[in-house]
This record gives sequence, structure tokens and C-alpha cells, in this order.
Amino acid sequence: MLRYSLKRLLSLGISLVVASLVIFAAIEVAPGDPARFMLGINAQPDTVAALRAELGLDVPKVQRYLAWVGGMLSGDFGISYTYRVPVGQMIADRMWVSLPLALMALTLSTVIALPVGLYAADRRGGRGDMAVMGLTQLGIAVPNFWFAMILVVIFAINLRWFSAGGFPGWDAGLLVGLKALTLPAVALALPQAAILSRVMRSALIDILSEDFMRTARAKGLTRQQALWRHGLRNALIPVLTIMGLQFSFLLAGAIIIEQVFFLPGLGRLVFQSISQRDLIVVESVVMLLVFAVIVVNFAVDLAYVAVDPRLRTQL
Amino acid sequence: MPQRFTARALTPVLALIATLSTASAAETDITIGMQLEPPHLDPTSAAAGAIDNVVYSNIFEGLTRFMGDGSVVPGLAKSWDISDDGLSYTFHLQGDVRFHDGSAMDAADVKFSLDRARAEDSTNAQKALFTGIADVAVIDPLTVVLTLEAPNGNLLFNLAWGDAVIVASETIETIKSNPVGTGAFRFVKWVQGDRIDLVRNGDYWGTAPALEGATFKFISDPTAAFAAMMAEDIDAFQTFPAPENLPQFDADPRFKLLIGSTEGETILSTNNKMPPFDNKLVRQALAHAIDRQAIIDGAMFGYGTPIGSHFAPHNPAYIDLTGNSVYDPAKAKALLAEAGFADGFTTTLKLPPPSYARRGGEIIAAQLRAVGINAEISNLEWAQWLEQVFRGKDYGLTIVSHTEPMDIGIYARPEYYFQYDNPAFQDLMTRLTATADPDQRRAMLQEAQTVISTDYVNGYLFQLAATSVAKTGVQGMWLNAPTQAIDLTGISWAD
Repeated sequence: MLRYSLKRLLSLGISLVVASLVIFAAIEVAPGDPARFMLGINAQPDTVAALRAELGLDVPKVQRYLAWVGGMLSGDFGISYTYRVPVGQMIADRMWVSLPLALMALTLSTVIALPVGLYAADRRGGRGDMAVMGLTQLGIAVPNFWFAMILVVIFAINLRWFSAGGFPGWDAGLLVGLKALTLPAVALALPQAAILSRVMRSALIDILSEDFMRTARAKGLTRQQALWRHGLRNALIPVLTIMGLQFSFLLAGAIIIEQVFFLPGLGRLVFQSISQRDLIVVESVVMLLVFAVIVVNFAVDLAYVAVDPRLRTQL
Repeated sequence: MPQRFTARALTPVLALIATLSTASAAETDITIGMQLEPPHLDPTSAAAGAIDNVVYSNIFEGLTRFMGDGSVVPGLAKSWDISDDGLSYTFHLQGDVRFHDGSAMDAADVKFSLDRARAEDSTNAQKALFTGIADVAVIDPLTVVLTLEAPNGNLLFNLAWGDAVIVASETIETIKSNPVGTGAFRFVKWVQGDRIDLVRNGDYWGTAPALEGATFKFISDPTAAFAAMMAEDIDAFQTFPAPENLPQFDADPRFKLLIGSTEGETILSTNNKMPPFDNKLVRQALAHAIDRQAIIDGAMFGYGTPIGSHFAPHNPAYIDLTGNSVYDPAKAKALLAEAGFADGFTTTLKLPPPSYARRGGEIIAAQLRAVGINAEISNLEWAQWLEQVFRGKDYGLTIVSHTEPMDIGIYARPEYYFQYDNPAFQDLMTRLTATADPDQRRAMLQEAQTVISTDYVNGYLFQLAATSVAKTGVQGMWLNAPTQAIDLTGISWAD
């Protein structure tokens, strides 16, 4: 178990180094001078030069890369060119929106998908299954931003139950904050729930044909009891994989939802920083997201071991 | 049974949601939407108009100030005397003015602010406003004397810009995140990515504003802006980003449109040194190939005023030169043939992100194709546009809106990105800067407009309209945009 973990950690470390090189190279190559962008078209050349010196853009690229990596290892993500505040602080502020949003969406999606998948597997071939398949097909096909806009039109503009977007901050109250994240979480969760319920359903259908399910029935469990107690646990492995992937997507890929609901999250930060040529922020946030994805995958790998006893003895 | 259960389960949830609905804002506060979030709050060290939107006349003030009608009025300087030779300006400051941290504002702060802007290593985006100021001298705490190298009729106008506001040396280190000014509102909080809160300054030296508090909310997505307005989450939106929604707001009794004019001359910039545009006949052909009204209707949904030169129609010195470039494709083709391009030619049309450029560019490319000019469109981000077009001058045509007020002087700079080099015009601009007499200035400005119109330097398209939306009860918002600002001091709610 220990060796397994160590091996995974080593490959995690190598992935991070390679990722940092690729990110730095890709972003530095992008055309456009941050200083000129910040000062606009009326700025005089000596002003632009002064700002470039202030931002540290005159230093050679290799030196900047090493400074950046060294800084990250010690927790210092640099100072944003545009905002002139520590990038770490900006990321932390945005994480307070993106992380709860991703968790809410993931929880909602799981809570919906697992019972729905179970129900469909239980009634496979029947009308209930057909209905679920149809609905999930719709859920996968519909773009989540369009769905988000429909939610806004119904619940914000017409019913006035929610505001059209924005995030007032957690210090305005826990419930207020959660309320602001509700529509975005629903918009994110439903398409993901559609995917997850299908995965759940097909995993369960595979399980259902196994011998041990027949044994369980033979022992006297009802069909539903057998599904819940024995089927579900075994079907969790593919479901966990998908959940891990979904969490990574929810963290980084919620940018369109953040745009529709004008939430101050990580996705929007990266988007704005790219157009403002705030290279440090883009590099650091992308690196952080890569790190998050790798860590989540690592956690899923460990979760496999927890869920599947066969893996424990193999290690 | 299932129905009853559902109803019983749902009622507390609905009640919870109802109690959490935000109560309607008091009639002394306002929430205004903006599309762009400022990068920081120091108007003297960046070009971003969003900064001025938040702070101009609200948090910071200058010696002079723009009003909504474009006039320049006294600000922190209550009066001034100009010497006969025009080289010396004596400003008499308002007394008993305090910064938001309680410290007094006096001549030393004025000297500090102007010297900081003029300094060698200054990062002021409009440093050109201050060149020509030879010296700033403190006579007594309420009197400052500016000595100029040469007479400058623009000085009072220049000092009204957001880049020339008066700041305090004690709070300069943290100005970007905690702006401390002399204005009618003080800065409270900035929730990055979401909003900025301001509150009324109880110790303000001038007339107290009607509002007690204000919030600027940042909504960049046009659809989200529409939704926020319709859901009444915000009370007004300055420069509403989706002109296609404006008729819907107009028809809704809850809202009203505020249509005015800006200082944004939208032009089809032409690289005057790149063949074939170095030939005046070709540039003239361009002018006659373009149908301005089609662009205004197609790209701007009818909002915008046609212009025939680089000058704002609402300005008193404006003359209508659109007659020099009427839509006449046949004449355009004839001119091209005369210039030797009977078969037309190919060129690049590089477009920055704003919709006036992207949509307008498509329309212009089609109009040019009709006379044989093949304009290859490439869509650029601002950073790329600055690099390729503005700095590198690697383009044939581009569309951009020049939003600085009274910026006809850019045509006197041969190294500016459209590379127009006319010594007679440069001489005219030099003479204009030295002249303070209003009648003479008007005559010279009219001559300037005529020169660049008949030289067909650029394709002059239209003046950007200011299109804001507000709830019907909001009064006092600027209709025009003589400078980038959302001036809260004149805003109030109707009873």
C-alpha cells in the first residue's frame, strides 16, 4: 500500500514538472505586451518601459521560470500584473466561490444520479428505463450555459426567487451565499447527473448478471435489496472514476457558468487574465488546476483501494 | 397522500427562499452595473476607463472637473488667474478640504500630485497632458502657481482628466486598493470580481450628494447584464453591452433609456504609409465605398451619429463634413481605376474585440468587396491589436474608436499608427495649442477638421452613442460621456 502510494506520488511529481514547463512556454509565447496593454494607446514609450521594469518583464525567461517555480514551491505565486496584489490571495478569494460551487454541483449530481441509475438498472428494458434514458440523453445534449440561461429567465426574472447572478460574499451569511450558488450549481449539476446516471446504470447492469447477485436473491433478498446492498458497491468503481473527472471539470470548466451568473470564480479569473495578458495569474492558476486534477485522480486511485478489497491484497 | 406530502415539504422551503430574498434597496442607495472591472483604483497610473468610472468625481477630484455637458468647471481650484503671456497659471484652492482619512488637502498635495505625474519614471498613461508644465510652485497652503514652457490653451481642459486628480502622499502607497481622495464619496469595500461599495463622505467640502451609498457591480456578459437588469438586481447599467435589448427596455415601463453621445470617434483607420493607401485617390475611393448608415444600423442597431471628420458632433466647434464622403460606389470604382487599381486589390482588415469593430468590420468588408477591394478580416484580442497594429503598424485597415476627448491632435503625430505626415497640419496643431482665445480656437479646429477630411486620412464612420439603461426613478445620470465617468454626485431617486 505504501509502495503503491509512493509510486503514485512520484508520477504525480513528474507530471507537475512537465506541466509547469508546458504552461510557462505556452503562455510566454503568446503575443502582446502586458505593460502596453495596461497603459493604453496614449502612453509614451518611456512610461511603458518604466512599467515593464516595474513588472520584472525585462528579466530573461529562464530566470523568470525558475523564480516562478521556486516561488510556487514556497507558496508565493507572484504578484498580479494587472491588479498588483499577490496572486495567492486572488486565488484564495476565488477558491471560496469555485470550490463550494464545484462541491455543491458534485453533491447534487451524485444525489440525483445514483438513485436514478439504480432505478433505471432495476427497471431495465421497461418504460421507466426508457424514460430515464430519454431524459439523460436530453441532459447530455443540452449545453449547460443554455440551461443556465433558462433557469435565470424562469427563476430570477419571472419568479424572482433568486437573483440573476453575482456572489455577495460569505460574510453576508452562509445561507445567502448558498442561495447565490444554487442556480449555478443546478445548471452545472444536471448535465453531469445525466452522464453519471448512465454510467451508474450500465455499471449496475453488468453487475446484475454476476453470480453473486443470483446468490443474494437465492438467499432471500428482494431485487431492490440485492441492488442496494451488493450491486451498488461493486458498481462504484467506474462511477468514482467519472466523479473524479467531473470534479476536475467542475472546478476549472465552470467558466461559462461563472460568466452567465457573473460569479467571481477561478474560471473567470483565468479568462480575464488571458485577455489582459496578466501572465503570472494565468500561469499560476493553470498550474493550480493541473495540480488539483492530479491530486483528485490520486485521491480516486486511493478510493479504488478503499472500495475494492481485491486491490488491497494485490498490493 | 403524495401530493399533500409534497406540499407540506415544499412550504417551509418556499418560506425560507422568500425570507432570504433581498429586501428592496433604500431609495438613497443605488446599484449600477458596469461591464469591465477596474484593474485597481488609481486613475493616475493606468489607461483603463473602468477606473475612472468608479472614482472620477466620486472618490477623487482634480483642480478642474468635467460636467455631464462637457463643460469644464472649477473643482478643487475655486478660481485661477492667467498671466498675460499665458505662461503662468495661479490657482486658488478651495479652503477646508479634507482627504477621506481626515488629513487636510492643500497646495503641497497639488504639487505632489502634479510632480508625480510629470516625473521621469511616472507610469501615468496620459503623461502628455503634463509635458509643458515647467514648474509647480507652492505659494501658500491655498495657492499654487503652474509655470508653462509655452502657452497652452488646453491646460484647464487637461487638468480635468481623471489622470490629473489630486492624491495624497500619505496614502499613495495603498492607493490602488484603498483610494483616499477628496470626493463626495469614500471607498468602503471591493469584493474582487463582484462589486465595489462606496458611501457618502460626511465631511465633503462641496454640496452634499443626494445618494447615501452606491455599489458598482461588474457584469461582463451581455446576457447576464440583461438578466440582472430585468430581475431588478441592479438599478442602472452604464454603457449597456447588448444594444439589441434596448428596444425591450424602452417598451418596459419600469425602465428608461439614456441615449447620448460619447467622445468616441469610430474610424476605419488606414495605414497611410502602406501601399496602396499612400495614394490619396485610393483613400478617397474608400471613403465613397462606405455606407455609414448601413454600418450604424447593422452593427450599432441604429445608435450612433455619422461623422465626416475626427471630431465629436456635440462639440460647439463641429462642422458637418460628411458631404466629402457620401456613399457612391460608382465614384469609388472610378477613383480606383484612376489610381491604377481598376481590378481592385487585397488588403488586411484587423479587428479588435468590441462589437462595433467585429460587426462593423463584416459590413465594411462587404461594402469594399462591392468596389473590388478584398479586405481579409482577422479578429485580434486587444493585446494582439496593440502589438501588431498600434505598435507594429502591420496592417492595412482597422476599426477602432478613439475615446479621448478633443484628440484631433493625434493627426499631428507622424509616428502614430495611421502614419499621417502633413507638416501644414502639424503647424496648425502647434498654433492651436498656443491659442487660448475661444473664437480663434474654434476657427482653427474647424480648419483642422477640414484638412483631415479632404485629405481622407481615415474612413470616418460614426460617433459612438452612449447607451445606458436605468430604472425610471433614477435621475441625474449623464447622458453624454465627455469623459469616462459615472458621476454619482448628481444622481438621485425621484419621489
